[in-house]
Order: sequence, then structure tokens, then C-alpha cells
Amino acid sequence: MGKNLAEKILQKHSPEEIKKPGQIIPCRVSLVLANDITAPLAVDSFRKMQAPRVFDADKIALVCDHFTPNKDIASAEQVQKVRRFAREMNITHYYEGGNVGVEHALLPELGLVGPGDVVVGADSHTCTYGGLGAFATGMGSTDIAAAMALGETWFKVPETIRVNMNGSLDEFTTSKDLILNLIGRIKVDGALYRALEFAGDTLPELDAEARMTMANMAIEAGGKAGLFPVDQVTLDYCREHGRLGDHLLEPDGQAGYCMQVDMQVSGMPPQIACPHLPDNVTGVDDLEEIKVDQVVLGSCTNGRISDLRQAAHILKDRKVNKNVRFIVLPATPKIYAQALEEGLLEIFLKAGGIIGPPTCGPCLGGHMGILASGETCLATTNRNFKGRMGSLESKVYLGSPYVAASTAVAGRIIHPARV
Amino acid sequence: MHFKGKAHKVGDHIDTDAIIPARCLVTTDPQELGRNCMAGLEENWVSRINKGDILLGGKNFGCGSSREHAPIAILGAGIPVVVAHSFARIFYRNGFNMGLVLLEVGDEISRLSDGDELEIKALEGKIINHTTGDTVNSLPVPEFMADILAKGGLINYVREKVA
Repeated sequence: MGKNLAEKILQKHSPEEIKKPGQIIPCRVSLVLANDITAPLAVDSFRKMQAPRVFDADKIALVCDHFTPNKDIASAEQVQKVRRFAREMNITHYYEGGNVGVEHALLPELGLVGPGDVVVGADSHTCTYGGLGAFATGMGSTDIAAAMALGETWFKVPETIRVNMNGSLDEFTTSKDLILNLIGRIKVDGALYRALEFAGDTLPELDAEARMTMANMAIEAGGKAGLFPVDQVTLDYCREHGRLGDHLLEPDGQAGYCMQVDMQVSGMPPQIACPHLPDNVTGVDDLEEIKVDQVVLGSCTNGRISDLRQAAHILKDRKVNKNVRFIVLPATPKIYAQALEEGLLEIFLKAGGIIGPPTCGPCLGGHMGILASGETCLATTNRNFKGRMGSLESKVYLGSPYVAASTAVAGRIIHPARV
Repeated sequence: MHFKGKAHKVGDHIDTDAIIPARCLVTTDPQELGRNCMAGLEENWVSRINKGDILLGGKNFGCGSSREHAPIAILGAGIPVVVAHSFARIFYRNGFNMGLVLLEVGDEISRLSDGDELEIKALEGKIINHTTGDTVNSLPVPEFMADILAKGGLINYVREKVA
């Protein structure tokens, strides 16, 4: 029996032979990650473990991106704790000021994650790096503290669901729509305890950023990881971002899967997740009477340069509806600079958008874009749980950057072709 | 690993934002997190809890964020054990790491209701419902998890390894 992607990558990092899903194995890690919400608890746990030092100061990334620039004294003190720890341990990859970006956009951009890596992060969207062929998964702070101390962790080898995507994307349909459609079909617990593995003849149409958008939301189906094979598209992205020596990686021919899902991509309209779960998905055409108060373009799901380009394509020479607050957050300083250079920020400004710094703030109702009672938001983020962005009486719809831009213009959810 | 208390039932897909909203994540103090337990579901939910009470969850309990503040908030509210249809993966790991006992019972969850007086023998996987006279069996706690629980959580487990 051959191995699927999850098994192949885990095997490379484990001294134990992987025989079947369900087996618990020890595993060396390539990188350990935490942010300003989860790192303070990880620091506390690390101290209680009485570990004298981290296993490797070059293989830990501490990214203070959730409440920064700090919103209040309490959050400032949390970051202070992380900063002091980073200095004490000589952590190479500590990011907080002008170098900080949304963690899952920042680390791939810095070449810190890539093909065949095992990455664990105290953030559920760590699975994003599966877009580059890494086995990457979210854990809690204490698991992360253990990995920081030992350089290893344990995994239960997951079963894998194979997702076969075939056909060609329509003009305004993106990878965000594909993953929303999939979550709508298999539901928020459809991949519970399992990995998703993406395949099919649509893959060459999806660039590395589009793949990361899909892998990012594997957790929204309950998935442990969302994995793409490593092809030339991946290798080109990694080389451009300073990684050398990566290799092609494909599942074996006779690999085992617990389930196969077939997706016909051609003709799929833009998809929207309605309140209050990411699996409450329908085509954009069913929702055109939904008025919005706010639109957020950004996050680890869709705050990359390709996302900003798509939104700018719609917003060029148009105005944001006077009843809408349109918030744009480029996910990293590099994306910010690129968007400035390409004139995208000028398009957003002229349209009446608000351009903020790289931060996760609004996505989790942290700061910069909190919703009042009775308000509705369309966001390119990944979660629309009740109260996610503020008041328990607010509503969040999820959609692609194209839909976000067209909705900002119309003041109601609308197909990008009709704005 | 023996618990007795009143059951408080919540629905399916209770997410970590419901268990502890992001606005509460500017502290790591268990008492303060406990005071806001389930604040994303209902303001002041915690006022109904007596120390030792038991939480009943539906499918996919704890889905969403990796925030360990979620099991800490439940423990901080005085709840030592959660019985659910199923748990989200990260929450499941976090729960045991923090010393919160989690029992998975699948469809049997329908035999346990809000307000029931329950007695739980966790390592045997037995949930005795004193209100109905029923006994519900849970899936066994995996050996690895039981080992972590026996050591009082992952911190002690690792402390032995680094010593």
C-alpha cells in the first residue's frame, strides 16, 4: 500500500514506521509558531515545564499580529511578555513592529515554511502551509510550548479525504469559492480528525496563493491539515521566496483514502457562507437582497497581493456605497508596498476605502472593525461564528475578494459581473 | 477521575468564540477567563454553574480557534468534565493537556438532558444518569491521553522529559 501526502510527510519526520491511520507517532518539527494571543500562554507553560532553553532559536516564529498595533494596556502587556521571552531565548524570527504581517501570509513570504515540512502552530489556521505541501496543523499553547522545548510532538496519523477538482474556473470564481463550496458539502465536521488532500486537473489553474487560501480553511471543515501536492507552481513560489532545495512531492499511486469527493469546478458561481457557520454556503445569486454595513478585505485567507488585485479590478473608477465601511488590510508590509507600487491602494483610497496596517484585528473581533448590534458584514476572512466580529446580534457573511469589492460598491451582496 | 454534578446542555458546533470571545483574550488568568465562560453564547451564562457541574456538548464541540483559553475558561468556571457527541480536534488535545476531562459518546448524547444529575467514572467511561436511572458508555479515553491526565496535564509530562 502506498502512502498519501500526510503519511509521506509525517514519515519523513518520524523514527517510527507508519502503518495505518490512527497510529500515534512522535514527530520532529520543522518550525513552531505562536502569536500574541497564544504565545503568552505558551511562555507560561514553557516556564512551568522548566525547560532551560528552546530546542532551536532559528526554528521558532513568534508573530504578534492579532491585537497589534496594541489596542489596550492588557494586550500591550501580553506582547511585552512575548518580546521579553524572544530576547531571552534569542529567537531569530520575532515580528512585532514594521516587520509584522498576518502570520500565515508572512511565514510563506519569508520562505520559513514549504514542501515536506512539519509545522505546528498555536493558531488554528496554521494549516495554510499545506498549500505549499507542508504538513501544518494548529495546536494549543501548551502543545506548542512542548514543541518549543523538545523539537518534537506527537501526532495521531489522520485518515485522508481526497478532493478531486476538475474543470476550469469561471471569470469571477476563485479558490475561495472552491473551498467554501467544499465546506458547504462536507460540513464543518466533515473532515473531523482527518486530512484533506487536493488533486485533479484544476490544480495548474491555482497559483500558490490560491492554494494557501484553500488549505487555510481546511480547519473550517474540522480538518487536521489541507494538503496540496508539490508541483512546479509550488517550487517556483518557494524559490522566489528564498527557499532552495525543495523537491516535487506527490501521493503514491496506491495510497489509502477514507473518502473521495469530486468537484466540478466549471460553471460554479461565487459562493457565500451565510451566518453563523462556514458550512452554511450558497451561490451568490441567492443572496442579492442582503444589505451590508461593512466589508473587510484581508486576513490570512484572502489578504495577499492576488486578492488585492482582484478587488482593485472591480473597484477601479468606482465608489464604495455611502452606507458601507470598506476596510482593506494588506496582510504583510511587503504586500502593502507592492499594492502601493501597483496603484492598488490609490484605487481603494479613491473609491472611499479605509486602508489599515497588516493585522488580524477585525477577523476575530479583536479591533479595527468591530460590529455593532444589528450590523452585517461581508468579509474575505474564514469564520462567521455568532459574535465573531463583535456584537452577538451582528452577522458575518464570507466571500471572495471579487464579491467583497462588488458588495462594497453595491451596498448589498452581489455577483461581481452585475455591479 | 470521579465526578458528580448537574448537567448543562449546549447545542452542536459550539465554537471557541462562543466558549471565550476574542475580547476576553487579553488575559491568561483562569479565574477571569472562567467568569466569561460561554459569554459568546449568552451573557452571564456562568452564573448558573456550581463548582463540579458537568457540561454536555453536541457535535464538534470546541470547533474553531486553537485558543487554549477555551478549556481554561471551562475549568475556571468550575467545570471539570465535558461530555459531547464529538469534539473538534484541537480542542480535544487542549482539553487533556489542561487537565479537562473529555468524554465522547456519539448519538448516546440524546440520553442526557439539561438539568440531569450525573455521576461520571471517567477512566471506566461510565456516565450514570441519576435522574433517569440510565447508564451511558463513552468511547474509552485513549491510553496516551489517560497517561497525560494521570500526570496532571502535559506540563508535568514534558517536565519529566526535559529533566
